[in-house]
Amino acid sequence: MAAKNYDKAAATEIIATFDARPEMLVQILHAFLDRFGWISGDAIRQLAEELNLSRADVHGVVSYYHDFRTDPPGRHVIKICQAEACQAMGSRALSSHAEGSLGVEMQSGNVDVTLEPVYCLGNCACSPAVMVDGKTYGRVSKQRFDAIVAALGESV
Amino acid sequence: MAATSIYAPRETAAVSVGADEVAVEIARQAKRRGDTVRLIRNGSWGATWLEPLVEVVVDDKRIAYGNVEAADVPGMFDAGLLGGGDHARRLGPIMEVPYLINQDRWTFWRCGLIDPLSMDDFSAHQGFKAFEKAVEMGPQAVIEALKTSGLRGRGGAGFPAGIKWQTVADAESEQKYIAVNADEGDSGTFSDRILMEGDPLGLIEGMMLAGYAVGANRGYIYLRSEYPLTRSILTRAIASARESGWLGHDIRGSGFDFDIELHIGAGSYVCGEETAMLESLEGKPGIVRYKPPLPAIEGLFGKPTVVNNVVTIASVANIVNLGGDKYASYGINRSTGTLAFQLAGNVKRGGLVEKAFGITVRELIDDWGGGTASGRPVKAVQVGGPLGAYLSADQLDTPLDYEAFTEIGAMIGHGGIVVFDDTVNMAHQARFAMEFCAIESCGKCTPCRIGSTRGVEVIDRMIAGVERDKNYDLLVELCATMEDASLCAMGGMTPYPVRSVLKYFAEDFASAQGAGQ
Repeated sequence: MAAKNYDKAAATEIIATFDARPEMLVQILHAFLDRFGWISGDAIRQLAEELNLSRADVHGVVSYYHDFRTDPPGRHVIKICQAEACQAMGSRALSSHAEGSLGVEMQSGNVDVTLEPVYCLGNCACSPAVMVDGKTYGRVSKQRFDAIVAALGESV
Repeated sequence: MAATSIYAPRETAAVSVGADEVAVEIARQAKRRGDTVRLIRNGSWGATWLEPLVEVVVDDKRIAYGNVEAADVPGMFDAGLLGGGDHARRLGPIMEVPYLINQDRWTFWRCGLIDPLSMDDFSAHQGFKAFEKAVEMGPQAVIEALKTSGLRGRGGAGFPAGIKWQTVADAESEQKYIAVNADEGDSGTFSDRILMEGDPLGLIEGMMLAGYAVGANRGYIYLRSEYPLTRSILTRAIASARESGWLGHDIRGSGFDFDIELHIGAGSYVCGEETAMLESLEGKPGIVRYKPPLPAIEGLFGKPTVVNNVVTIASVANIVNLGGDKYASYGINRSTGTLAFQLAGNVKRGGLVEKAFGITVRELIDDWGGGTASGRPVKAVQVGGPLGAYLSADQLDTPLDYEAFTEIGAMIGHGGIVVFDDTVNMAHQARFAMEFCAIESCGKCTPCRIGSTRGVEVIDRMIAGVERDKNYDLLVELCATMEDASLCAMGGMTPYPVRSVLKYFAEDFASAQGAGQ
């Protein structure tokens, strides 16, 4: 999840696994995210070239989807569900708590952590739900949130 | 000594509250004590409030233990877990758990029951029987069974599936597609996920049936990226179906070719709209298309395409096995069959309840849900996701029936039921509906793109007490414009929750936080 340096050769390899099919662009961008953590300007240029698309086409796809971040994320990415089922179980208060305890505002971050809203993790019977580095947690009280974050600190 | 079978779910909700840690601890304790256990990672039965729910097989009976934490496991072994021993977490035989009895498990019957990734277990539970029967019946007979069943699209729009399949079957084209919508973005819904994690081969068989019936040899599953565990389970299920010859060329000598590709969405809610989903499957921004042409005529890559929700597709196998009339014997009026209702939000016993149409929201919330989690009175219930109306407490006796819901300005949608207690301020919820639309609008049509932003501003003024009556009228007018002039349900139905707040909870604008500032 953490940002890595762009590697042109690795990118070419990824594109090749999709046979450079332009209709696979959304899937290729996911593979880039998995590999590099974000979508850089270099990535957009290379994708346009190798998929035979214009840079505007690629940029249009990248900027349309929430997943395709164009800035490197912090070492950990924490997403807090803001949708209705989680609202009914206190996600607004949990979000304020997270902003306070992490010292970052929603939709921003620092080198250690990026904090983002997400609209439904499909874990609505265990609200509020949080996703940390791609893993979903349910029934997240403020105390449980702090424990999850503390465990991240130990693993750094 | 024969190994004792223990089930511990590998399903997002269960794992999100510690099922992996419980499974690891079970294996560790068994090893330490010299017990031979066979650990099976099943899907969820849908009793999410009891997760992690562990079962041990004793004399062919599955004894359930609910809300198990890793720390409970040593004590459970001490209490004779392998013999179904008594313990504070013990619930008794799974088939006697009250939440699970009295359901109408038509589509979800294998969820929880089987090992989702075992071809043998799937085959032992009717797996691929419907496909074999379909090949004997012929494609048109499958479509006729579907028409008889009255099955309507479970993604939310409720369009009759048999008519859609007939349209694609009748379309002349060398290439046709099946596109399964697994972009389950509505808050309060998780039935697609439970199905895909608990019975992925059941979805695959449903897609094969669709492909066979309409003459398509290629299927796509469009799965939202918020479901990483589902992705890994589906990927493995597709691979094992391929390895054992249930996908690919000339499937089991039937002469029918079919294969499936899994695509992952990228966090756009509107990609749950069928034409936006098709755009995304083509690698483009998920911007909705004008209709007509319908996807059944010009869908993916311009070819005739069946676009159905996961639950719709997964319901077909039993319609083929047991007959369309059997399915149609469930439900009321034009809402035949069953729906997987999902109880979520502020509810004591959240989870999935598959029931015939006709049950009321109140019955689901009281009899299954056990009331609110907080113990406070229910104030509002949002049915059908973020585009669904908020029901007031005195509307909860409305039977769950597509038409009955339309009559009260609401919708059933994908069957999500989100409960709020009396601490909620509904003006905030109306604001959120507009805000969500502004965040997620694809931007193609003006009423949705601009209307949602203006909606937030108008509601903010109402909350602030600025010309509240005048802004009320303006909001009503804005809702009418969005409903009438938007291209798709995103802008067209965002007015549903907003209007329901205006109608039943208008007093909350005066008491909203920040009111009068």
